[in-house]
Formats: sequence, structure tokens, C-alpha cells
Amino acid sequence: MKIDIKTREYTTVSEVSGPLMIVEGVEGVAYNEIVEIETPAGDNRRGQVLEVKGDLAVVQVFEGTSDLNTSTTKVRFTGQTAKLGVAPDMLGRVFNGTGIPIDGGPEIIPDKELDISGNPMNPSAREFPAEFIETGISTIDGMNTLVRGQKLPIFTGSGLPHNELAAQIARQAKVIGEETEFAVVFAAMGITHEEANYFMRDFERTGALERVTVFMNLADDPAIERIITPKMALTTAEYFAFELNMHVLVILTDLTNYCEALREISAARDEVPGRRGYPGYMYTDLATMYERAGRITGKEGSITQMPILVMPQDDITHPIPDLTGYITEGQIVLSRDLNRKGIYPPVDVLPSLSRLMSGGIGEGQTREDHSGVSDQLYSAYAEGRDLRDLMAVVGEEALTERDRKFLNFAEAFEKRFITQTGDEDRSIQETLDLGWELLSLLPEAELKRVRAEHIPKYHPAYK
Amino acid sequence: MITGNIIKIAGPVIVGNGMKGTQMYEMVKVGNDNLIGEIIELEGDTATIQVYEETAGMKPGEPIESTGGPLSVELGPGIIGSIFDGIQRPLEKIKFLTGDYLQRGVSVPSLDKEKKWTFDPILTAGSEVKGGDILGEVQETSAILQKIMVPPSVEGKLISIASKGDYTVEEEIAEVETSKGIIKIPMMQKWPVRVGRPYKQKLDPDIPLVTGQRAQDTFFPVAKGGTSAMPGPFGSGKTVTQQQLAKWADADIIVYVGCGERGNEMTEVLKEFPKLEDPKTGKPLMDRTVLIANTSNMPVAAREACVYTGITIAEYFRDMGYDVALMADSTSRWAEAMREISGRLEEMPGEEGYPAYLASRLAQFYERAGRITTVGTEDKTSSITVVGAVSPPGGDLSEPVTQNTLRISKVFWALDSSLADKRHFPSIDWLQSYSLYVDSVEDWWKTNTGSDWRVTRDKAMALLQKESELQEIVQLVGPDALPDRERITLETTRMIREDFLQQNAYHEVDTYCAPIKQYEMLKTIISYHENAEAALDRGAASTDIITIPVKDDIGRMKYLPESEFEVKVKEIQADIVKQCSEV
Repeated sequence: MKIDIKTREYTTVSEVSGPLMIVEGVEGVAYNEIVEIETPAGDNRRGQVLEVKGDLAVVQVFEGTSDLNTSTTKVRFTGQTAKLGVAPDMLGRVFNGTGIPIDGGPEIIPDKELDISGNPMNPSAREFPAEFIETGISTIDGMNTLVRGQKLPIFTGSGLPHNELAAQIARQAKVIGEETEFAVVFAAMGITHEEANYFMRDFERTGALERVTVFMNLADDPAIERIITPKMALTTAEYFAFELNMHVLVILTDLTNYCEALREISAARDEVPGRRGYPGYMYTDLATMYERAGRITGKEGSITQMPILVMPQDDITHPIPDLTGYITEGQIVLSRDLNRKGIYPPVDVLPSLSRLMSGGIGEGQTREDHSGVSDQLYSAYAEGRDLRDLMAVVGEEALTERDRKFLNFAEAFEKRFITQTGDEDRSIQETLDLGWELLSLLPEAELKRVRAEHIPKYHPAYK
Repeated sequence: MITGNIIKIAGPVIVGNGMKGTQMYEMVKVGNDNLIGEIIELEGDTATIQVYEETAGMKPGEPIESTGGPLSVELGPGIIGSIFDGIQRPLEKIKFLTGDYLQRGVSVPSLDKEKKWTFDPILTAGSEVKGGDILGEVQETSAILQKIMVPPSVEGKLISIASKGDYTVEEEIAEVETSKGIIKIPMMQKWPVRVGRPYKQKLDPDIPLVTGQRAQDTFFPVAKGGTSAMPGPFGSGKTVTQQQLAKWADADIIVYVGCGERGNEMTEVLKEFPKLEDPKTGKPLMDRTVLIANTSNMPVAAREACVYTGITIAEYFRDMGYDVALMADSTSRWAEAMREISGRLEEMPGEEGYPAYLASRLAQFYERAGRITTVGTEDKTSSITVVGAVSPPGGDLSEPVTQNTLRISKVFWALDSSLADKRHFPSIDWLQSYSLYVDSVEDWWKTNTGSDWRVTRDKAMALLQKESELQEIVQLVGPDALPDRERITLETTRMIREDFLQQNAYHEVDTYCAPIKQYEMLKTIISYHENAEAALDRGAASTDIITIPVKDDIGRMKYLPESEFEVKVKEIQADIVKQCSEV
């Protein structure tokens, strides 16, 4: 973050409470401007103006308010909103949550200074995302297809292998027929050193590090800093995508920690809380981040977002996943039941969804039978799961022959279609063929979702 | 003009002093960048203002200028086919000015003031005119003939009217001598968004808005001029359902308000609609569509305004005599915008932090729908139908926005996530949903399809009800324990669900289903049920009846193009009778 030299300095802090500080007697302070704080011990911290009222300014301090006092703390107003200096050589570098390099490398010489809040994309300038991204994971490619420019979060629970899955996607994601690899912007918010190390090791092991930019706010870093970490990452991504024409995959983890920080500030400001104490503007706040994914007409690059979100108590109706689901274009939901069965990746396809799937599949993109196969797998697996519940009550003998076939199908679907190893990269052809193989366990008359003309062409019985 | 100064800034809400003399809901220009705002509270000489653009970087002391009028929209040729933001700024034009991202303080007129439109007069000088009378016409798009009207408050003698020719929206096209003097009338009108445009009388809605969607049209119809609420958790298909209605509803004009939703959804509409044809006129759908886009990342105060902008535009076309349908996706985001502003004003919150006036605001909005007689010398009947999507947090329908909406709207389409998980789309839950218009639209259906429409529909509904009871028994004792007759019922309801209620929005034929086809399809399924029961009475085994080959044809009925359907359905119906009698 660059700070302008033209500053005004005050020592009139009148109140410090939680992450907030009130400065009196200020003049010409702008809403959202960045402030530099010198603690009585001489350390430097940064903050941002949250409210101005006459000569009072409410400032949130990113690195925490401990050691600040109301007599000798110096506050300099920079006259600037938060900016990030960006440059092409940010690729392959590691930064802390406020954008300062922590990998021992040289300072970044900025090519441009960008406001980290960004501006909303004009809806009429957007290009509709419709290019299939092959992740090599059957449950995603086959049934919840990801396309370039989409925002597709992973909804998960504590203890589930979401990091493995995200790393696998970052490793394997490609667009068929194109050589260019994705640049990855990785933003960690409040995750542990261990988790961060896992990602770093994985990037190093696969030689991906040179096309990755990392912003790292770890669990023991100040919580309030998390508010700006994703904005830094997305500003970098926008620069890569729309100025340097790259295809960028942004991984944000963990959004739950971000929202907790938001709630902390809101509580400190005595705001009227919304559901479960989260601020009423959390939807808007999350939207201003998620909506920075996309494509622009006439521009080469794209931003695809994959936020990871650990649902408190695996509850999908919790405000954080709930509001996220209303903004993002679908969700990949991981299931504890599947994980207990030893299935990796434990993607529960029933509540998972990709809203942009229909534009990215079919003839010319994947294969003509894709949408039919996907719908058929969905409804057959849903029926199989219902029957499994029924069987638990009435016993297997009470089921009809037809029902037993669906039960077998559900079993096989979990063992063969969902299950794959951490380095198994299935092509979309393999995924769809596997889908047909499983569907052939069912009576042909039950295959109502696939087009009649595709059955003789792809059904194993006709081969 | 009154000029004050900013004294406080907190997000989209700012406070200014020196504002004595300004009015509630007056539009103001705020700060050095001239951002657009609206006064929402007055106290002494201070005014609280909601600002429709990002306020970062603004400082106390910057000026506030009043404009003397409330937030208004410009109504005239040039609206159709455009995409506007929440306060009617044209997004296409803004793109030329500021590039791919929206910048603050852009001032662009809503309607193109340079463009000339061909005005064709209808009235002649000398006639007595009233507000709402049609002076002339402009062919705005291939599908829409825009009627140029006398503004609502004007009444008097038409002393001059322009001859046929090309005019801009601001050029004078008529002069009316009123009791207050001579008024010059251009094609464009201005109207404050928070005030409903006048009408003569409200009528009972009794003509269905045909949407080509089987679940809605047959089971839970909405009438032209009616209101419908569509709550559903995320992923239950609200947006696809809304877009299907915008595509295929038989209204003359569609106003689609994207309120706090995804940017890509608006892009989808912008890309797809020009390519699609209106089944009624064969013209591109975009030629009858107006888009208002205030996506979730655009300023929150403008989100609060966007539904008003949308409904005011809808009323303008209604006044011309058109049937208008307004889709608002999603009204929950609008309510949340109200909550956010209310929170910043430090108002005492009501339920779940929403302001206490939530219910009355929702009611006021939905009441602007309706089937009416227009103002003016000649009575024209026209309507606005409002379909509001609701996004209940966690899918919990007991939350305030859903509950307050249900108190006003007459149709309830409950979208269900468990149906969506099974890819049963549209995921309208047939047991929870209702429509209060079934009785009033019955006559229309009887005239346009068959006299037994109501009986068939009610029978299917009763079977679905019966199914849910039977399902409970099956859950306890297994399907084997059911008697034959009940098994036939379950088989029929499975057909109703899978072969009738499920409709594939992405299938070129199935995406739109004409009323007569809906009627014949349902009749065919019910006829299967009756014939199967008769066969059972004759002693046939239920397993044999369930496996008759014609069932595959029934399952593929929905994919039959209309040209083949008429012949084919008769064959299927004959096959049912034949095969059931042979079992």
C-alpha cells in the first residue's frame, strides 16, 4: 500500500474501543481515507476512516488497537483511499494481508496504483461466461460445470478435505484446446500456518509457484486486516485479467473468517445487527467482492473465483453460506457423510449447482449428450438416495425390482463416479462415458432425461 | 436553489446543514463530484440524504445543492430495449463515457435528446383533450407502437399539433390551452417515481397472463393485473423461472428489474432476448423489454429506488393501453436496502432489523399493479402484473419479507430446494403454492381450451394431494403393501409430476407450452387414470396396467412440436383406451 506524503497529523485521539479509534478536531478528512498511526512506542500501523461527523473521525485500525493511548498516539491522514501498487512481477510473489512482500524478495515497483475497492462492472460491458473449464473432477465437470468468469464457492465443514480439492482444481484446471495456464491469485484470511503451508508446498511441488500470487493473512495476524486482504487479491486479479490479458483463478479462503471480522467491526460501532449479529450490509459487502469475477466484452482475460467457506456447524442456512449462495453462480457442497464413507472428493452433488453450466456444455464445448447425462444422473441418484432412506425403514425385501436397481445405481455412483484420487485428472469424455456406464445399470425406459437419439449412440448396450 | 454543506458521512447516508427550505424526497446533488442523492429526513436546518453513488473520498464541508424536484424518470420514446440503472441512467451510454467500470458522478440524460423519432399525429387541432388522451404515435421498435399522451394533469383545448415528421423527445409537438394558460407539450414526460400515475378505475382481473409454463398456467395461474410472489432459497430456480416468464408471458411490454442480483444474469438477458422470438408476434423479445439493472455490487441506495423506477415505467406503458408485466428479482434485496438505509439512520428497528414501515412499503408497491381503466376521454383497459421474487434467508418462509408479501399478493409460487435437488424444474411445490385467481380465470380457459378444464385441473390437484398422503404410508410400510387402486394413483401422479409439471426451460420445444397443449396433456394423463381404474375394476392386475407401452408416448408428449401435437395426442388418447381395455 502506497501512502501519499501530503499528510495532516493529529494527536487528538479521544477514544479507543475494540478495533476502533475516534480522532477529534480533524479537518477535511474524507470518508474511507487511509490513516497512518504511530503508536506511543513508535510502531507504525494503518487504518481507515469509517465515519466522519463534523470534526470527528471514526477510524478502524487494521493491525489492532493494543498499546494505543489517548495522549501521544499520532494519527496522519493521508488523503488517499486504500490503493495497491500493481505490476506484472507480482506473479510468483508472497505478500501479507495488507500487500507488503513477505517472501524476502525485492519491493514491487508499481506499474499502476489501483483503488482496492474497485468499481462495479457495468452490466452492459459484461460478456456472458460460457467457456468450459476442465477441472478433471467428475462431479464438477460432469454435473456442476465451471466456466471461465464464474464465481463458484466450495461450501464445506471443518475437517473436510476442501483444501485438497481446491489445490487439485488449481493444479488441473485448463481450457480444452488452449495452452495457456491459469494464473492463480490466492488470498488466505485467518487460516492456520499449517493450512497455508499445505498450499505453498503444493504450489512448489507442482512448479506452479511462478504463476501464483499469494496474499496471506494468517490466524494469528490481526483480524481487522482481513477486511482488506480479499480486496487486495481481487485488485491484483483485475489487473492481471483486464490489463495483462491473463486468465485468473482466484482462491479465497476462508470467507467465514472475513465475515467474522466484519461482524467485529459492526459490533464495535454499535450498529443494529442483522441475523446472528452479522451486519445488515453483509450481503452488499460480500457482493462487492464476488461480483468482481467475470468477463468483459472485447477483453482477453477473465476472473474465475473459487471462494472456500467453512459452514459453521455444517449449516447451509447460516447467514454466511446463505448470503453467498444468493450471490455466487452456484456452489459445490462437501458432505460429511461421504467423507466418513472414505469417499474423496466428498462432493454432495444434490445440493451442489452451477448456474452457468448450460452455456458451457453441449456440442462444440463438451459433448452433445452432456446435459441429458447430467440431468439423468441427478434424478437417478436423488431417487436412489430417497430409496436408501426408505429401505432403512421397511427393509430391502419390501422394495420392488425397479427400486433395487436404483439403490445399486446410487451405490455405484458414489464408488465410481464421485470417487477419484487426489491426482486423477479425468477428461470430460471419460466422465461422460463413465456416466453412461452407470446409467446402464438402470432399465432403459427409465432414462427419460436423455434425448432418445443419444441412447443408441452412447449407451454401452449398443456398443 | 438551496445550497448546504456536508457535516457527516457514513456510507451511503450523509447529513448536511443549511438545508432549510428543501423538501422530503427532493433530489439533491452532493459534493464536488455532484453525486445524485435524495432527502430522506429533515430536522431543523439539517437534512439526511441517501446517496445513489459511492461516497468514498467525500469530505465534510463539500456542498449540497437542491434541484427543486423529486427523483423522477423520463418517459418517452427510447425506453424500450434499453438497460438502465436504478435511477434510470442508460448503462450503454455510460459505458461509452467511463469504460467497462462504473465511475461516480456521471451525468447522462435518461433518454437520448438528439435522436429524432417519427411522430404520427392522431388528434387534430381544435379538439378538447384531457390527460391520458393519445396525441399521436411513434413506432419505437418493431413490436411496440409508443403512444404519445397528454400528461395526466393537463386538460383543455388542443390549439396546435405537429404534423407527421421527425422530432426529438424535447421538441414541442402540441399546445394545449388550459384554464391556467397555454401549455407546450413535448413527447417526453417526467414523473416522480414514488407517486403512482393516475387511473380512472380498478377492475377485477379475470384474464390469465398466459406464460406457457404448465405448473403456473394450469395449476397456479396469475391474472393480467394480478400480483404473484415467488419465494425460494438459493438454487431453487427463481431466476430461471422469472426469465421464463419474461420470455413467454403474453404481455405487450415486459419490465425486468434486476434488483441487487448478479451482473451476469443481466448480461444473459441482454444477450439472449434479442435472439428469441415472441411466440405471439414473431418479433425479437428485446423489442418489448425494458431492463433495469442494479446489480448487488452497485450502490445500495439506488437499489432502494430501482423498483420504483421500474413500476413507474410500467405505469407509463399501461396508460397507453398496454398489458405490462413487471418482474422484480429480488424484492428481498430491495427490502434489505431499506434495512441498510434505516440502520444508518439509526431508526428503531422492527422484525429482524427491518424498518417498521417494511409492510406498508411492500403493500404500496404491489398495489401499483392492477387491471384498470385509463384516464382520458376514451376508456382503455390495460394492466400491470407484478411478479416479485423473494429470497428468504435460509429458505425460511417465516421471515418478514416473505410474510408481508404473502399478505398482499394473490398468487404464491413456493419454490422448493428439495425439488430443485432432484432437478425437478420449475421447482414449484404443488402442495404449498396457491392462486386466488383460479375461479376468475376459469371462464377464459373454458372458452379457449375445453369445457372440462376446471374438472380436469381439480382432479389432478386432488390426486397430487392424495399422493402426499399415500407417500406417508409408503414411508412406513413400503410400496408393496399398497392396494392396486392406490398403486395406480401413485403411477398417475408420477406422470403428472414428471411428464406434466416438470418443464425444461432449455429444451427448444418444451420451453413454451401453449394453453391448448397444456389442457390436452393433462387430459391425456387423467384419461390414463380413468381407463386404468376401469381396467382394474374388470379384474386386470395393476402391474400389467402400469407397464402398458403407451406410457412412453405420454412421457414424450411435452417434446412434441405444436404442429405434430394435435394429431399425435389423439393417437395417444386412443392408444390409452385400447391398451387399457386389452390388459
